[in-house]
Amino acid sequence: MDENEAERARAYWRANLRLVGSLLAIWFACSFGAGIVLREWLDQWRIGGYPLGFWFAQQGSIYIFLVLIFAYVVLARRIDRKFGVED
Amino acid sequence: MSTQSLIYLFVGLSFALYIGIAVLSRARSTGDFYVAGGHVHPVVNGMATAADWMSAASFLSMAGIIAFSGYDGSVYLMGWTGGFVLLALLLAPYLRKFGQFTVPDFIGARYYSKAARVVAVVCLIIISFTYIAGQMRGVGIVFARFLDVSVDLGVIFGMAIVFVYAVLGGMKGITYTQVAQYCVLIFAYLVPAFFISFLATGNPLPQIGLGSHLNDGSGLYALQKLDMVLQDLGFGAYTSGTKSTVDVFAITLALMVGTAGLPHVIVRFFTVPKASAARISAGWALVFIALLYTTAPAVGAFARLNFVQSVEEQAYPSSPEWFRNWEANDLIAWRDKNGDGKMQYRPGDAFEGTPIYTEEATGPSGERLLDNAATKNENEVYVDRDIMVLANPEIAKLPGWVIALVAAGGLAAALSTAAGLLLVISSAVSHDLLKKTFHPDVSERQELAAARLAATAAVLIAGYLGIYPPGWVAQVVAFAFGIAAATLFPAIFMGIFSKRMNREGAIAGMLVGLVFTIAYIGWFKLWNPAANVADNWLLGISPEGIGSIGMVLNFAVALSVSAFTRPVPADVQDLVEAIRIPRGAGAATGH
Repeated sequence: MDENEAERARAYWRANLRLVGSLLAIWFACSFGAGIVLREWLDQWRIGGYPLGFWFAQQGSIYIFLVLIFAYVVLARRIDRKFGVED
Repeated sequence: MSTQSLIYLFVGLSFALYIGIAVLSRARSTGDFYVAGGHVHPVVNGMATAADWMSAASFLSMAGIIAFSGYDGSVYLMGWTGGFVLLALLLAPYLRKFGQFTVPDFIGARYYSKAARVVAVVCLIIISFTYIAGQMRGVGIVFARFLDVSVDLGVIFGMAIVFVYAVLGGMKGITYTQVAQYCVLIFAYLVPAFFISFLATGNPLPQIGLGSHLNDGSGLYALQKLDMVLQDLGFGAYTSGTKSTVDVFAITLALMVGTAGLPHVIVRFFTVPKASAARISAGWALVFIALLYTTAPAVGAFARLNFVQSVEEQAYPSSPEWFRNWEANDLIAWRDKNGDGKMQYRPGDAFEGTPIYTEEATGPSGERLLDNAATKNENEVYVDRDIMVLANPEIAKLPGWVIALVAAGGLAAALSTAAGLLLVISSAVSHDLLKKTFHPDVSERQELAAARLAATAAVLIAGYLGIYPPGWVAQVVAFAFGIAAATLFPAIFMGIFSKRMNREGAIAGMLVGLVFTIAYIGWFKLWNPAANVADNWLLGISPEGIGSIGMVLNFAVALSVSAFTRPVPADVQDLVEAIRIPRGAGAATGH
């Protein structure tokens, strides 16, 4: 690897870490946050017949997990292209 | 056609399908056998991963656990799905880019050490055998209840089927049978769930139904009614739960991280063509898994409601037929403590332990009598929570073909997981131990033969564990997740995300995680179960959740040891650089 390429690889990795870090922050917030730590407090609101915190724990976090993975698929591909490292 | 013949028909047809697929997709090389040649379409792999992942526990037990623990059951729902986010974002694409056959392959190469590889193999084998014993038992139970054969014969049937497609087809055969098994199991799970949700609320979608009004004229939401009914009987509210917040947190974390570290799940992502395909494949896997996991809470809640309403204050002779069917199978019991001839369902155990029926003796109402010591509370009803999914179609009075479908689905779930586990065990033995550690000069043909031989041996051991289950099997499923969380996950994660983590650090971390987790779970589950109460737990964390502490210890030990030992060689640092970049996937390593 020449110097340019090495620098580009480092920049790619930093961009990737930022993306993964922000998605994992949401992952943590919806499950451990809304579904567990804040569950009782959130239960004062309802979504249909579900208490809100209970809904996050048994339904909502799973839907959010799905969105997170597909968001990662799309955004990671965009970063791959930007840095010219797509497979 | 009678329900019994329908069951034989459905189970027979599904088995014929699995074997047919196996014959069509035989493995011809070690690449075929270990990773299906590395050319599986991401959606197909996602479906196969879902079947691989959803075991007898997901299909048979989870809804029952949720039914009887309410909010506390959330740990499984979040834990067993959230792990796929970790897998997709942190592990799968990089391991695919690395591009070899097994999890110990990665650990051995990244930590430039045969010792690290062997430690990984030991962890893998402990995890996989713990898991597989439960699967074979699940096969046996379904056979015994639905096909009128003994549990032992059922296990032998299951072994024979798995033998054919795992040993002949390897990963290639397993992948395509798992796709078929996924279709069978998800159809079998959703059909009764649609019926049950529709009967209770008028909305056939269980995810919406559970949040809807009941159509019993009460004008209450389903969950409101369930909370009320249970609280009237003295139970806690369904939507609140009883576990402490810290314990729920720790269990969820251990299950998530453990899921991401399970070798039979990780290895599925070695089968797709490239790194970006591994990301999308993890997404598809979660789509297929979420179909079942978002349905399970509704199945559990409606089952609990139906159960309470058909049992409470019911005179035994007028109890529903399913109640007596399952009593005949030893899984339900009633002890008329107050002698009023009616069943009272209350909190607490109706008697001590699992039911021991008095031979042939029946009580005044016709119920089977019990030898167990009575407890002092008012509860008179014992129910094994594992029966909920199997009994659901009967409780909801669904037609015979639905019951037959559920039987075939339970078998599909158990067999697909068993096959995936057998494959990682056999490849760990033939590839990691034989080829890469002890006899590097074996030819590919010999290695393939060794893989088949190892798979055969693993089938026999699994069958033995299914027929003679050690008493601890049910107690220690926590082992598999806890150990995966405390050993393999941190080692792989640091191998990708830290260029400075070295051989000494990784091995020390894995060993500390392994020993700590086994010791903690072993102490409370096997050697001193009487002490297994919250007051004695470390930081209030139960054995189910201790893998999360094991993981933290692993990280801490690995980081400190690596700070004081020799740095990572330059060629291994190049390898890490190479796996971080998607371009060039397919090449085995970066040098």
